[in-house]
Amino acid sequence: MQANSPVQGFHEPRTRILRIDPLLLLASIALAACGVYLVGTATQDDIPGSEYYYVYRQAAYAGVGLVLMLLLSRFDYSRVREWKAGLYTLMIGAILLVYVVGVSARGSKRAIELGFLNFQSSELGKLLLILALGAFVLDRMRRLDETETTSRLMLLALVPAMLVIAQPDLGSGLVYIAIALAILFVAGTKWTHFAALGVLGAAAVALVLVVAPAVGVEVLKPYQVDRLTAFLHPTDNPREQGYQINQSLTAVGSGGKTGRGDEATQTRLDFLPEHHTDFIFSVLGEEFGFVGAALVLSLFALLIWRSLRILTMSKNLYGALIAGGITAMLMFQIFVNVGMTIGIMPITGVPLPLLSYGGSSVLVTFMALGLLQSIHAQAREVAAAKGLNRDL
Amino acid sequence: MYLDSDRRPTLTPQLAVRVAIIGGIALVAFAVVFFRLWYLQVLSSDKYRAEANNNRTREIKVQAPRGEIVDREGRKLVDNSIGLAVKVSPDRLPESRAERRELYTRLSRVLGGDPMRMERSIERQLKALPFSSATAKQGVPLDVVSFLLERQEDFPGVTVEQEFLRRYPYHETGAHLFGTVGEVTREQLEDERYRGVDMGDRVGQSGIEYQYDRFLRGENGATRVQVDAMGNLTETLDRDRPKQGSQLRLSIDLDVQRAGQQALAGGTGRGAFVVMDVNNGEVRALGSHPSFDPNLFTKVIRKSDYERLSDPDLGAPLSNRAIQGAYPTGSTFKLITATAALEGGLITPDTFLFDGGSLTVGGVTFKNAGDAAYGTLALRQALTVSSDVFFYRLGLEANGAGDGLVLQTWAKRLGMGRKTGIDLPGELAGLIPTPRWRNALYRKKQTDRPWSAGDNINLSVGQGDLQANPLQLAVAYAAIANGGKVLSPRIGQRIEDAGGRALQELKAPAAPRLPIDGAYRQAIMEGLRGAASAPGGTSTDVFAGFPIPIAGKTGTAEKGLGRADQSWYVALAPYPSPKYVVAVTDEAGGFGAETAAPMARTILAELFGVTGDEGSEGGGVSD
Repeated sequence: MQANSPVQGFHEPRTRILRIDPLLLLASIALAACGVYLVGTATQDDIPGSEYYYVYRQAAYAGVGLVLMLLLSRFDYSRVREWKAGLYTLMIGAILLVYVVGVSARGSKRAIELGFLNFQSSELGKLLLILALGAFVLDRMRRLDETETTSRLMLLALVPAMLVIAQPDLGSGLVYIAIALAILFVAGTKWTHFAALGVLGAAAVALVLVVAPAVGVEVLKPYQVDRLTAFLHPTDNPREQGYQINQSLTAVGSGGKTGRGDEATQTRLDFLPEHHTDFIFSVLGEEFGFVGAALVLSLFALLIWRSLRILTMSKNLYGALIAGGITAMLMFQIFVNVGMTIGIMPITGVPLPLLSYGGSSVLVTFMALGLLQSIHAQAREVAAAKGLNRDL
Repeated sequence: MYLDSDRRPTLTPQLAVRVAIIGGIALVAFAVVFFRLWYLQVLSSDKYRAEANNNRTREIKVQAPRGEIVDREGRKLVDNSIGLAVKVSPDRLPESRAERRELYTRLSRVLGGDPMRMERSIERQLKALPFSSATAKQGVPLDVVSFLLERQEDFPGVTVEQEFLRRYPYHETGAHLFGTVGEVTREQLEDERYRGVDMGDRVGQSGIEYQYDRFLRGENGATRVQVDAMGNLTETLDRDRPKQGSQLRLSIDLDVQRAGQQALAGGTGRGAFVVMDVNNGEVRALGSHPSFDPNLFTKVIRKSDYERLSDPDLGAPLSNRAIQGAYPTGSTFKLITATAALEGGLITPDTFLFDGGSLTVGGVTFKNAGDAAYGTLALRQALTVSSDVFFYRLGLEANGAGDGLVLQTWAKRLGMGRKTGIDLPGELAGLIPTPRWRNALYRKKQTDRPWSAGDNINLSVGQGDLQANPLQLAVAYAAIANGGKVLSPRIGQRIEDAGGRALQELKAPAAPRLPIDGAYRQAIMEGLRGAASAPGGTSTDVFAGFPIPIAGKTGTAEKGLGRADQSWYVALAPYPSPKYVVAVTDEAGGFGAETAAPMARTILAELFGVTGDEGSEGGGVSD
């Protein structure tokens, strides 16, 4: 930072800590704190006798996540590039492991029981995909304009995405695809390739939702299709698929401008389903109203803004690709989750980063934020080394 | 190999554009979310707040007790008893239909009754009010309730609640006045009159209970509770206490009512009576025999009971003969004929007519009862001895004079052939036969002959096609006694709070006053007085030794077809300024003086507090 500092080495330890992005850190801690609080109010009556069951766990995950983030921020992400094949194999292996030893929850196998948490390998897979795919993209940077490159890279993402969707966990699978598209986009893949991917994607959706059921092939389970399309007509079937959306809309809407505080009956009386996981934003909306929701959304906006800024200042393209993948992961989860609670997105079971209860999600999000901090710190370090006083 | 890794890539314009695009997407998405939140939380929050409250609150109805009914002295005629009802609450009922059916079978074994009917009734109630409990049986004895409560696990969802049941402590006494209560019907629920009444509530279905239902029924209370998503009750939010209905004070005098019904019960088994204040129309007593016990209706009435109470062969105890009877009135009608003849200018009080024992018109001979012949006599004497021929002549003359309807016109004015307007439902208008009526029937081939003078002759003495009830006669006699006011009889006097303080006086509509010459009324009254006191008077023997001066008219209506004659008596007392009119009839009592007049004496004795009155055996042979 101090370009004309007489003894550079002396400053190293202090500056390295200071080189992380303070605003990003602030947003992360604030959001995690909101998450712990909301999980606490949402679940205080869920388990009779142990009012703090979920809060303690969520607080512990956040604490561990915070430490992980700070550790990762001191580590030069660039070295990871060499482990790409290993990371990719680890990702596929972890996802497949769920099929073998996973525990069932509501008809789907998504997690491996690890004692202190139910480890959802698809969460960690998001991060592994970002790191591996970024590296693969770099290898083919010179042939980026070739259709073959785009196809191969997309295939690398589609394999884990399909394995996750088959768990079945449609939401996480779509996150993988979003990550891959974002990395290609940042790398500079031609517009025509995206157009082609768009057409293929639309055709795939049509095939799955319309053609396949018509010829009797069940790609998605019927409840998944219902959940996906229920937000288009929530009042059709208020007792079934529309129920969750209606209860969520009622919770958010009844929050009004400043929220219902202790009167938040939709949450307290269990009308709101999955209130500490998928619908944590509805809890926020009911209890703190528009003001609270806007505040938390602003923190998310801050998070996105800092991620994009880190993308632009990365010391190398690998960092930019990783930042792009992480930004896409966060944005996709934020908008799909929040959109679901306010009735403008289908119900896909995507957790809200840092807010939804769940160890895997919280830890992986903090690790992703740690990588962003690492990119930031590395960029600062290089800038400092070059004697450039760029205090962007 | 890693060409890019060791030097910082400059932010190419291409990358800058792409980052800007990602930023733009984020911006648009945030904007959409903000606007949506604004719409939900600021613009539509009232709607969603209401929905959230609706989600969590349930109302449980608390039945209001009906108001009590007291007589003019404040004696309780109708009140409520607290009964125990076995109910089924929906939230703890088994989910599966088979299990529920099993429960109903077990329950009906304990409570009695048909399990299928219980199931139908309960499921219907639960459908109508999904969160209120449904009644399985009312008025369950304590030992059965204890049995159920000790075996709660065998009877999931079965609860016991207190509820108010209507109680009629005097059973058959006053039954036709009070009427009955019953579950509100589907049609009634749609009626404005029953606003605020919920399905399953019991409302008045006949008599005073029906007439003054809106005062008597009170307001149901409600307990609002909070439930969670599973329907479990989490807390009680607030309670609206039920408001008991107002007390209703009647003009009825319980003692007179009881005396009247006892007198009727001593007759031939079917009859009716009315006791009314001639000046203001307040009904002191009104009864019909046979009677019934309205307590049968406080729970759900059994079908067999209802059929028995409606069976004409058993006298249809539910029908109120005092206001629904359609009888010829016999000679009691002569008061109306006399009024019509005087006011119509056919005679004066001193016009003498000859009674030779019979009158032959158009080949038909109309005779006096008992083949009597009274010779030349004027109105007073004709009423006193009840000369039929005197009135036959008036009937014949009336048929030919003017429009020929002078009898009918005055009968109508005095309240025949129309409802009196009493505050009881189900009143019948009766019939005054007219040429137009009979000729229309004849054209439709529903009778064998058109109108003839003979019809008017029959009407003049209350025989033939005339249809009237004791209340109508009481109104007509009261009009002569009170100077011409044709009253709408009243039973309800005032609405009171539970302490008997008046909340609202129940006023009868103003009575129209008929312009009847005082001298004519005087003459009629004297004739009636003679009938009850002068030698040769038709009821002189009956009232011999009675300390209150009575004016009264006997009547014997011929029913034809070999049926016994119907006995009538209408009394005005005390003479000469009557306060009460008493009208009594016994459907098969024979001569008026034989059955109805002694009944009237019993009632009058109670009315005037004549102690130790032994009454008298009827004895007259003629009226």
